[in-house]
Amino acid sequence: MAQLVDWVDQRLDLSGIRHFIAEKGVPIHTQKIWYYLGGMTLFLFVVQVASGILLLLYYRPSASEAYESVQFIVTQVEFGWLIRNIHSWSANLLILAAFAHLFSVFFLKAYRKPRELTWISGALLLFLMLGFGFSGYLLPWNELAFFATKVGTGIAGAVPLIGRPLLRFLRGGDDVTGATLSRFYALHVAILPAITTALVAVHLLFVQRQGMSVPIKQARELRAGKPLKHMPFFPDYILRDVLVWYMALAVLAALAAFYPWELGRKADPFAAVPAGIRPEWYFLAMFHTLKLVPSHVLGFEGERLGVMAFGIAAALLVAVPFLDRRASRDESSPWFTAAGIAVVIYLVAFTIIGYLAS
Amino acid sequence: MVFKFGSKPGLLVRAPDGTLHAYNAVCTHLECTVQYKSDTSQIWCACHNGMYDLEGNVVSGPPPRPLERLAVNLRGEDVVISRA
Repeated sequence: MAQLVDWVDQRLDLSGIRHFIAEKGVPIHTQKIWYYLGGMTLFLFVVQVASGILLLLYYRPSASEAYESVQFIVTQVEFGWLIRNIHSWSANLLILAAFAHLFSVFFLKAYRKPRELTWISGALLLFLMLGFGFSGYLLPWNELAFFATKVGTGIAGAVPLIGRPLLRFLRGGDDVTGATLSRFYALHVAILPAITTALVAVHLLFVQRQGMSVPIKQARELRAGKPLKHMPFFPDYILRDVLVWYMALAVLAALAAFYPWELGRKADPFAAVPAGIRPEWYFLAMFHTLKLVPSHVLGFEGERLGVMAFGIAAALLVAVPFLDRRASRDESSPWFTAAGIAVVIYLVAFTIIGYLAS
Repeated sequence: MVFKFGSKPGLLVRAPDGTLHAYNAVCTHLECTVQYKSDTSQIWCACHNGMYDLEGNVVSGPPPRPLERLAVNLRGEDVVISRA
């Protein structure tokens, strides 16, 4: 092994990498546990890529074959059921980890100067993950997926001004058909992975370039001359990271083995919507909110207002580092903390209510 | 009953007075397929709990407009449905 490294070193000069490995440290403080969430999200993304590639070997993206091909995967292909369950469960855990990562970064105010771009790339990655969830949900072409896509693309259609063209672009026509399935397939296995991979690289580059953020309190102490302890990234921190990945893998394996992901019935565009229909849990808060918005508010159609409100919320999320001026001066910003708590309470409460109501 | 009307689903319902009404079975809220709910004698969208009466008017929930009505004609035993 040492000979191989020497061989490569003589040709590519690995001194930069060696220096980086030797120097890289992770700050030690009471909140350091939250650092693991980013790595866990990345690990689950890798699981998604690997299990997704395996599913691609047998999946057929057409309205007449998609459902049957997934049925074939889970009943005939060796360990196909396990791969599909892993892909479905890992998708959910990935979004959960991404949300947890986002909120931990938010509450630690790690978005503050100079890490605004890291936050923006992370927020965009979360939207991409939701895009993965939405596009992947349709691929088995079952009843729930069909209507969830109808509603989801219908929401896109309610976007002011560009709604109708956007809806037609997403569906590949006026209705959810095989053309929609082809588009979502392309989106899910090619377009989104390409964008996500590039953005993950950028996100990681920013993190490596700037190092880990420390909470405001520790940053102030550091400026006052109080030293902050560091742990070497290699091997101390990376081993802890791997341990957390291993735990995530254990949870994932247990869920995939004991709680199979249902395939349901094949989509029938002319069937009535089954009672109790609801989207995946990460869209439930939005789904339930749109359920409660009256048909008309101050002369405007309620759904358009709801969609606009979610659009504004997404824009505000991206803009957080520029709105929270106090945090960028290393001052505490309790209003932002309170807003974050309110958002978490809203998301959790509406997700639970949405789950119970449907 | 839900039937195929071009590329969209249609809904045919019989009112208590015996008259037949047909609608484009696409909810005016977010385009889910509506259905007849026998316990309340209303037309219901399961996606966001929108309710219409048998005339297609919104009774409750988020739908912003009534259902699109289709014309019903009886030709002997056959029910012929066309655009209104």
